[in-house]
Amino acid sequence: MPPSVAAGLRITALVSVGKHPSSGRARRADQDARAVEMGLELSPQGLEVVHAGDAQEAILRDYAGMGLNSVKVIQQPVEADVVPALSEYLSADLPDIVLTGVRSESGESSGMMAYLLGEKLGLPVVTRVAEICSISGGRAEVLQALPRGQRRALRVALPFIASVDTAATPARQSAYGPAMRAQLEAENRGIEIVDAVRVNWTESPARKRPKRLKVVKAKSAADRFRAATAKATGEGGSVMRNETAAEKAQAIFNLLVEEGVLR
Amino acid sequence: MSDEIIRRDPRAEWIARNRLHPQHAAMVEQGLAEVRGPSGLIRRNPHAVGFIGPNGIKRIDRLNADTQAGSGARRKATKTAELPLHRVETPDYYIAVVPDFVGGRLTSHDRDVLGQAHQLIREIGGAGAVLAIIFGESREESFDRAGVDRLMHLTGENYAGYAPEACVAALEQVEQLLSPRFWLFPDSVSGGFEIGCRLAARLDERIITQAWQVDLQTTFCRGAGGTSDISRPTERILLMVQECADPIDETRHEVLAIEAVQPKVLKSTLEDLGQVAVDPNSVALGEAEFILSAGNGVHDWDNFHHAATVLGATEAGSRVVVDDGHMPRFRQVGASGTWVTARVYLAVGISGAVQHLQGIAQCDKVVAINTDIGCDMVKRAALSVIDDSDEVLCELIKLVQEFRQREVTDAA
Repeated sequence: MPPSVAAGLRITALVSVGKHPSSGRARRADQDARAVEMGLELSPQGLEVVHAGDAQEAILRDYAGMGLNSVKVIQQPVEADVVPALSEYLSADLPDIVLTGVRSESGESSGMMAYLLGEKLGLPVVTRVAEICSISGGRAEVLQALPRGQRRALRVALPFIASVDTAATPARQSAYGPAMRAQLEAENRGIEIVDAVRVNWTESPARKRPKRLKVVKAKSAADRFRAATAKATGEGGSVMRNETAAEKAQAIFNLLVEEGVLR
Repeated sequence: MSDEIIRRDPRAEWIARNRLHPQHAAMVEQGLAEVRGPSGLIRRNPHAVGFIGPNGIKRIDRLNADTQAGSGARRKATKTAELPLHRVETPDYYIAVVPDFVGGRLTSHDRDVLGQAHQLIREIGGAGAVLAIIFGESREESFDRAGVDRLMHLTGENYAGYAPEACVAALEQVEQLLSPRFWLFPDSVSGGFEIGCRLAARLDERIITQAWQVDLQTTFCRGAGGTSDISRPTERILLMVQECADPIDETRHEVLAIEAVQPKVLKSTLEDLGQVAVDPNSVALGEAEFILSAGNGVHDWDNFHHAATVLGATEAGSRVVVDDGHMPRFRQVGASGTWVTARVYLAVGISGAVQHLQGIAQCDKVVAINTDIGCDMVKRAALSVIDDSDEVLCELIKLVQEFRQREVTDAA
C-alpha cells in the first residue's frame, strides 16, 4: 500500500553490515534492510542508500539486489567513528528523511547513531518506526512500535531521522542479477576519526549469563520448608462471595480502569 | 517476613488450673482436652493435648501438664520484621537512576538497576545517595524497599504522554544542578533506552549500552547485536540489561523528595497523536497486555468472545478448552502452551492447574471468576469473584459499554 506521499521526496537509508545471530555470517542487517524497504515503498526514485565503511564489502550487493541502481559508500577504516563523516555527508545536501536501523548487528551496536546524527544535524529523531503513514504539507504521520504489539501515532515535521523497528514491513528478497549490475560508488571525503575508546577494549564471543537463583532468606527450618513447598499464592487477594453479580462486575471493572487496560 | 510466634497466656493457664475461679468454665471449654462425661468420668481427648511449637511440631509439655488446659486462650501474635532503615543525611554525591516506570510502577528491571546503583555506591564508599527520577503519575508504594534514597517526581502536562524531549531537558537540568557520579538507565524498549541515548547525545558523552557487569574500572557489555561481549572502561552513562545486579531486599530507604527541576518549556518536535487501536487478537499471546482467558467453567462461548471484543482483550484458554476444540492451539496458556506476561489476566472459569499457574507466573494482576472458592486460581488472584462466569461477564460487558458511551459523549 503506497502511502500518500508528496512527489520528489528524498530519502537516505543508512545501511550497515549485519551478522546472522546463530551462524555469525555476514548478511544484510535486518532492520537496515527494512529501512531500505520502507524507502523503496515511499519514494523509489528519491531513495539513496549510503554505507560508511569498506567499498569492497560484498554484502552491500545484497542491499542493491532489492532494486537499487547504486549504493553510495563513504570510505572509512574499520576502527573509525563514522558519525562525523556521515553527518558531514548528510549536511552537505540534507534529504527529507534519514532512515536507519535501531541497533546494528556488528561492532558496538549501541544504537546511538540516530541520536548522534540528530544532535549534530539538529533534526528531530523518531525511534522505532513501524510505518510512515502519510506525508503532506511538510509533515509526516508516523506509527511508532511500542512494546506488547501496540502502536503510537506521531506527527513530525520534515526533515527528520527515523530508526526503523523490526515491526516494519519485512524486506523484499534480494535478486542476484540486479545486485551484480548495481554500482558501488565509493567516495573518500577525507574524514577519518579513529574511535579512541574502542582501541582499548577487548571483544570476545558472548558468554551465556547465569540464571538468577532463587535465594531463600529464611531464619528457621520451618520457614525454609514452607518456602520450598508452598504453592504460588498472591498475597492478600480479596475474595467477593456474597455480593450481587453487578457489584462483583463493578469491582472487576474498577480494577481494569485502575490498571489502565480499558482503552 | 511474618513469623508466627506462639504466646502463652499465664493468666489463662492459672484460671484453668483453679476450678474455683468464676471464669474457669469458659477457659476450659476452649481447651476441651478433659471433659467430664455424662457418667461422671473424666474423658480425655488425646488430640487436644499439647500445643503446636514455634517450629510447627506438636509439643506436649509433661512438666506441668495441667497448664495445657488453657491452650485455647493462648494468643497468637504475628511478628512483622521491620527492615533496617538506610539513612544518608547529607549525600556527598548522587547516582541518578531513571526507571522505566511502566504504568506508574517500578518494574523488576528498574529494581535491578536500583540494586546496581547501590552496588556502585558500596564500591565508591562515602555517603552516596541513589536519586530516582520519575516522570508522570505514580502508583508505586514501595520506593523505600526498592532502594530509593532521594526521589524527584516530575509531573504535569509537559511530561504527559510521549515527551522524550521534555524528559531529556529535565534530566539535563538535573545534570547541571547535582552532577550525579553515574547515570543509570534500564536498557529496555519501554523508554529507558531512548531517554538514555537522547541524554547521552545531548551531553555529548560516551554511553555503554547492554551493560551486564559493572564496577568502577571495567564494564562488560553485549555488542554486535548480543553475540559478543565487550570489556571496556566504565563510562558515566550506563544502560543496564535485566538482572544486572540483585535488587535491594534487606534495607529500607528514606525516599526523601527532592524539589523538581523546572526546565524551560520548548515546543516538542514530536507531536503525540495518541495510541492507535490495534486488534488485540493480532498481538502475540506472549506479549499481550490484557488477556481474557477461558477455562472449563465457560459455557456460553458467544458471550465470552463478545466480552473479549468489548473489553479489548486478547483471548486465551486453558488446556481443557483447547483440547475440546473451543480455541486454537496457539491460544493455550501454560506449561505446554505460551508463557504469558500480561499486566492483567482475567481468568474465567479456570481452577488453576499447576501447569497453568506456571504459565501466568509473570502476570502482575490476576482476576479470577470461579464458582469454587477453594481452587488454586482464587489463591493466586488479586481479586476473586465467586459466581457463575456467564452472569458476571454479562454485567461486565454492560458496564464497559456504558463506560465507552460516556467517553464518546464526553469527547463530543
